[in-house]
Amino acid sequence: MPSPTDRYYTDTHEWFKPEGENVTVGITQFAVGELSDITYVEFPAPGKALSAQKMFGEIESVKATNELYAPVDGSVAEINEGVKKDPSLVNQDPYGKGWLIKIKTAAKDFSSFLSAQQYDAKYPQS
Amino acid sequence: MDHIVVLATVTIQLQRVARRFIVPYDSPRQRRNKLSQSTGLLRTCFYDFHVSRGAKMVDFAGWQMPLQYRGIIPEHQHTRTGASIFDVSHMGRLIFSGPDALNFLQHVLTRNLAGTAVGQSHYSLVCNENGGILDDVIVSRYERHFLVVCNASNREKLLAWFAAHKGNYNFTLKDETLQTAMITVQGPKAIRLLDELLPEPASDIKHYHFAAQHYLIAQFSVFRSGYTGEDGVEIICGITAAKLGLNFLFKKGADSSSELLQPAGLGARDTLRLEAGMPLYGNELDEQTDPISAGLGWAVAKDKEFIGSSALSKIREEGPRRRLVGLFVEGPRTARHGTNVTLNGKIVGQVTSGVASPTLGRQIAMAYVDAAHAAAKTPLNVDIRGNSAAAVVTDLPFYRRPQ
Repeated sequence: MPSPTDRYYTDTHEWFKPEGENVTVGITQFAVGELSDITYVEFPAPGKALSAQKMFGEIESVKATNELYAPVDGSVAEINEGVKKDPSLVNQDPYGKGWLIKIKTAAKDFSSFLSAQQYDAKYPQS
Repeated sequence: MDHIVVLATVTIQLQRVARRFIVPYDSPRQRRNKLSQSTGLLRTCFYDFHVSRGAKMVDFAGWQMPLQYRGIIPEHQHTRTGASIFDVSHMGRLIFSGPDALNFLQHVLTRNLAGTAVGQSHYSLVCNENGGILDDVIVSRYERHFLVVCNASNREKLLAWFAAHKGNYNFTLKDETLQTAMITVQGPKAIRLLDELLPEPASDIKHYHFAAQHYLIAQFSVFRSGYTGEDGVEIICGITAAKLGLNFLFKKGADSSSELLQPAGLGARDTLRLEAGMPLYGNELDEQTDPISAGLGWAVAKDKEFIGSSALSKIREEGPRRRLVGLFVEGPRTARHGTNVTLNGKIVGQVTSGVASPTLGRQIAMAYVDAAHAAAKTPLNVDIRGNSAAAVVTDLPFYRRPQ
C-alpha cells in the first residue's frame, strides 16, 4: 500500500499533516511493520515545547522501544487519548485513528521533508 | 501355525527391503535449504509458504526467517489457546556416529548421557574450560547415533569447537542442517491434533523423548519437546517430506477444526519462551555466563568430567556471584536487554530480556542480579531510559501451563 499523499514524511519514520496552525504527527506503516505489536506510547505533556528533530516521546512494542521525533518546532496541542488507552490503534490504522500528537507550530515551509512517493521509494515495504 | 511363520518371515523380508529404500533423509543432491543469491541468506524449504502467508521475513543468524504473520500478540495467544506451527529449520542438526560418539559427547556436553536410553532427549550445555556457555543444545540418543540440535547462531562455532576437541576420539560428525527441515507444533491442542495426523500417536511419546516414525517412504522423528511452555512436538525430516508434510498438516489441521493450526513466527517464539522462563542464547546465556548462575545447574553433571567441569564445580561450591531471576516490573514500560537493575540507587544487576507479557498482561523481565538480592519477593528497581520503575524478584517461570 502506498503511503497517503496528503502529508509529509521524515527519515525517522514519522508522518505529519498540516491542518491550520497545527500539524498532526504519527508513525508510518513501514515503522509499524518494523516495530510489530505496539504496547505503549510515552506521550509528552500537552503544552510542552518541542524542537524539530528532537525526541518528543517513545513508542514501545513487543520487540523494541523506539524514540519519536518532532518534525517541527512548536508545542503539544493535543495527544491522542485513544492511543493512550489502546496502543494497538497505531497498528490498526497508523495514518488515521493511530495518530499520536498535534503540534501547534509556526512552521510553513515543509519542502525539506519527503513526499509520500519519495518516502516509499526510499523505504519500500517488504 | 505354519502360515504365521511364513507370514512373519515375509514381513521381516519386506521390512528389510523397505529399509533399503527408506533413506533417513534426502540425499544431499536432492532438495536442500538453499542460499538465496539475492540476499546471501539461507532460506528454509518453507520460505515460499511463509511468503504466501504474508510473513514479515527477517535476517536471523544468516537465515531468512518469519518474524510474524498476523502479529506477535495474536500468534502468541493462539499458541497459548490452540496450536501453532513454527518453522525452526534454521536450528543446527548435528549427527554424531561411530564408536566414540558417546564418549566424545560426554567430554563436550555438561549432561551425563551414560544412562540415556535410545529414544530419550536431554537439554544440555556446551561449555568452555572456564564454564562459560558456548551453546545450549538438545541431545537425543538414536540406536546408532546421537543428534545434537543447537542454536543457528552457534552452529559454525560449535562445529569448529568439536573439530578442535576431536583428539583421538573415533567418531563422525555430520551437519545435516541443510538437508533436513525442522518444525514445531505447540499449544494445548497440539497433541490431540497430531494424534489424528501422525502414523503413531504423539501422546504415546513421553516428555523429552522421541519416536522415529515413517509414513510411506518418508522417515521423520517426533520429539515431545518445545520452547514455548506449552505441550507439543518438534519434528525433523527430509526436505521433500517436510514440504508434503506441511501441506498435509494444514489441510488436516484446518479440516478437523477450522483455523485450529496457525503459523507463528520467531517473534511469538521469543515472547512465549520468555513467559515460560526459558533462556535464550545471546540474551541470558553467553560465553561470559556459566550454567550455575543461569539456574541451569540441573543440566550440569556432578558425576563425570567434561570440558569446564572443574570450573563449574568450583562455582557450585562457592556459590555464583549473581543469579538469573524473574522480575515483575510495575508500570507500562518494558525493561529491555541491558537495562540496569538497582537497589537504593546502586546497580545490582542487568536485565537480559523483557516484554509486556501477552498472557499475564503485565511487564516481565529476566535479569542477572547479585546473589545477595536474588531471593524471591526482593523489592528492586529497574532504570528504564532514565525513569526508575519498581520491580520485585519472582521465581521462574512466569507462566506455567495448566496441567
